[in-house]
Amino acid sequence: MKNAVGREIPAEALAVELKNGRKYEPYQGKGYRDGKYIKKAGPTTKIYENPKESKLLPSIREAVIACGLKDGMTVSFHHHFRDGDYIVNMVMKEIVDLGIKDITIAASSLGSAHDPIADYIEQGIVTGIQTSGIRGRMGDVVSHGKLKTPAILRSHGGRVRAVEEGDVHIDVAFIGAPTSDEYGNARALGGKGDCGVLSYAVPDSEYADKVVVITDTLVPYPNFPPSIHGVNVDYVVKVDEIGNPKKIASAAARMTQNPRDLMMAENTAKVIAACPWFKEGFSFQTGAGGPSLAVNRFLEPFMDEIGGITGPICELQRKGLVGKIIDVQDFDVAAIEDIRTNPNHFEMTASEYANPANKGAFVNKLDFVVLAALEVDIDFNVNVITGSDGVLRGAPGGHPDTAEGAKCCIIVTPLTRGRMATICEKVVTVTTPGDCVDVLVTDYGTAVNPARKDIIAALDAAGIKHVPIKELQEKAYSLVGRPDDLQWEDKVVAILEARDGTILDVVKKIKPYQI
Amino acid sequence: MSIPRPKPEKFRLRRTMMFMNAQKPGLIKDAYIYGADSIMLDLEDAVAENQKDSARFSLYHALKEIDYGNTEVIVRINGLDTPHWKEDIRVCVAGGCDGIRIAKTESAQDVHTVDEAVTAAEKEFGVEVGRTLLMAALESPKGVLNAYEICTASPRLFGVALSGGDYRKCMQVKVIPGGIEMLFARGLMLNAARAAGIQCFDTVFTNINDDEGFKAEVKQNVEMGFDGKSLVNPRQINIVHEMLAPSQKEIAEAEKIVRAYRENADKGVGVFTIEGGKMIDIAFVPGAERVIRLAKASGIYEGDL
Repeated sequence: MKNAVGREIPAEALAVELKNGRKYEPYQGKGYRDGKYIKKAGPTTKIYENPKESKLLPSIREAVIACGLKDGMTVSFHHHFRDGDYIVNMVMKEIVDLGIKDITIAASSLGSAHDPIADYIEQGIVTGIQTSGIRGRMGDVVSHGKLKTPAILRSHGGRVRAVEEGDVHIDVAFIGAPTSDEYGNARALGGKGDCGVLSYAVPDSEYADKVVVITDTLVPYPNFPPSIHGVNVDYVVKVDEIGNPKKIASAAARMTQNPRDLMMAENTAKVIAACPWFKEGFSFQTGAGGPSLAVNRFLEPFMDEIGGITGPICELQRKGLVGKIIDVQDFDVAAIEDIRTNPNHFEMTASEYANPANKGAFVNKLDFVVLAALEVDIDFNVNVITGSDGVLRGAPGGHPDTAEGAKCCIIVTPLTRGRMATICEKVVTVTTPGDCVDVLVTDYGTAVNPARKDIIAALDAAGIKHVPIKELQEKAYSLVGRPDDLQWEDKVVAILEARDGTILDVVKKIKPYQI
Repeated sequence: MSIPRPKPEKFRLRRTMMFMNAQKPGLIKDAYIYGADSIMLDLEDAVAENQKDSARFSLYHALKEIDYGNTEVIVRINGLDTPHWKEDIRVCVAGGCDGIRIAKTESAQDVHTVDEAVTAAEKEFGVEVGRTLLMAALESPKGVLNAYEICTASPRLFGVALSGGDYRKCMQVKVIPGGIEMLFARGLMLNAARAAGIQCFDTVFTNINDDEGFKAEVKQNVEMGFDGKSLVNPRQINIVHEMLAPSQKEIAEAEKIVRAYRENADKGVGVFTIEGGKMIDIAFVPGAERVIRLAKASGIYEGDL
């Protein structure tokens, strides 16, 4: 069955069973489930009526046993420790050593730090993966059909929806935290490997049956204000190290000096400034990549023109932020230092950030979002998950959430990368549907989604040149040639969920390339 | 596949000439996207001595296979005191570049020497004789003092440029904000170029992080009468274009002059007055046309001339 972005969704994918019995549907277009109702799936939790001095357990192994973890269960993790994370591998090792099998990992994201999981997949111990990101060896083995069930890939907002709606049920959540008290009040500041916020772990703490906080820095009770509340936590484990601090928070992100990135950033800023939503109090989000981060710098002169913007706001803006900062993840030491000291820098939960099924997430209030892409096709569909070889190596992250929520979604990407055309006829995998993407800025010109007549009119009025996206794709092919089609087998290895829980696309098992 | 390039136009708009190392395919493959009027593919100082041949190789293929559109493609060849310049010229002509920048020009004879080699190469590769334009870079006190004979040395020569780095070394001066150290050279070169009826370009500003200093220098260039500037970073292009853009008032005045001239020329009238009583003759027309061209290139012209 073809879905609203023209992708054939095989019956095999539509038949995949969700925990709550909900049936998969093909993607029906932006806003399909708007106004409908869901019943939230609450966890089964244990009563702690008699006061207990401590929830501390001596090891992860004992926590796994205490939680009653057994075959066929689902465990969850967050990705705030990024490539510095030790938690996933430590916990999975204990689970495997205890002989528990048929495990599903439902993480907010997984990265190259988690290569050992690939072995458990190949050994048939891990049989399900639900995540935003999938990279490294794990991406490789899944793409080669080694995972027993199709991986389910969701946006950050889509994951919270799936957890709350009960599409996935977390039996045990393992939450790494930079600091915790013995009662499980956990924070992302004050430890050895601070990550600034714990936003993505909050839904897990609220919807998992059992919750284990793992920290390397125990602090006196009460550890307030907490990101993870002790009332949701069953056990606390202290380990030597939760992760590698250098990889948890990278050195302060620096503004790119690459002239191509700067040119695209400047042109993006001009598009933003030409749109009617660019007025005092506008809200926007930019990615951490070179050109998207640099957009901030080029907005400054326009900000001055608006008036009423004070020095401190410009100072925040210079860091890539406007007015109040509502934060769901920190990438560098500067951002973490900022949330520690800046009273206008707030932590929000993953649900507040992007969940389409709550009563209005932050993304709904975005005026602009500036995002990158691996590929964009002539229908404005974006791929951020599969590489040019068809192998899983990326993450939708907040891309589809912010794209749908923002009034104006701008994708910034060079026309070609090496020998690959970034602007193509058909993306390998649709991860953000074209009906949510409004403007494309490349080093060879700008294109506007023809559905956005208001933006076209605004750019025309400002004298900003734009061309049909087809022209950019043809230019790209004239430079680097037309890519051969990838060769797939029939087996579905991953399902790309739209944020509303319909199926946007599938990834099939890759066939080795034959010359 | 070979991309045909239109015949180079001797007096076109050249507000910005951006240097690009010809040895780096990643730079030259699409150097036009930044919007410079001219790009200057460099075989000289940017290329190491033992890489001159590979730079020529990538330059030739770039000229043959990349569609640079309306962007003028000029090549800076090695100096006449090196063993490279003759082969540089053959590659430039065979590849079909629009113009050649003669490094370290010191006399009219230098221009003649290059002119002859270009003519020979045009014959060798079946290129229309006279197609390849020249520009001369003055890099020494001697070159500056001989500016007028250089400017008038060849019909191929569209302009003359100052190269500040070498000139300052010869003069034993540093870069001074305000440019007092370059005042004489700039002034003499401008006079020579205008007397010869060719264009004149200022030297590069190398501190790419000093936007304010760069703007001050461009402002001075405009006030002194330069046609354009050599650049080292694409970020500088838009700054120059914006600072060279005529004001709406200048555009309106230029439009009046051009229109009035056309109407009166049809009637056989040479001297006339425009609105506001200003006396106009044919001497005003090229300047007015230049303003319109600049306005169009700057993307701010909305009229129909």
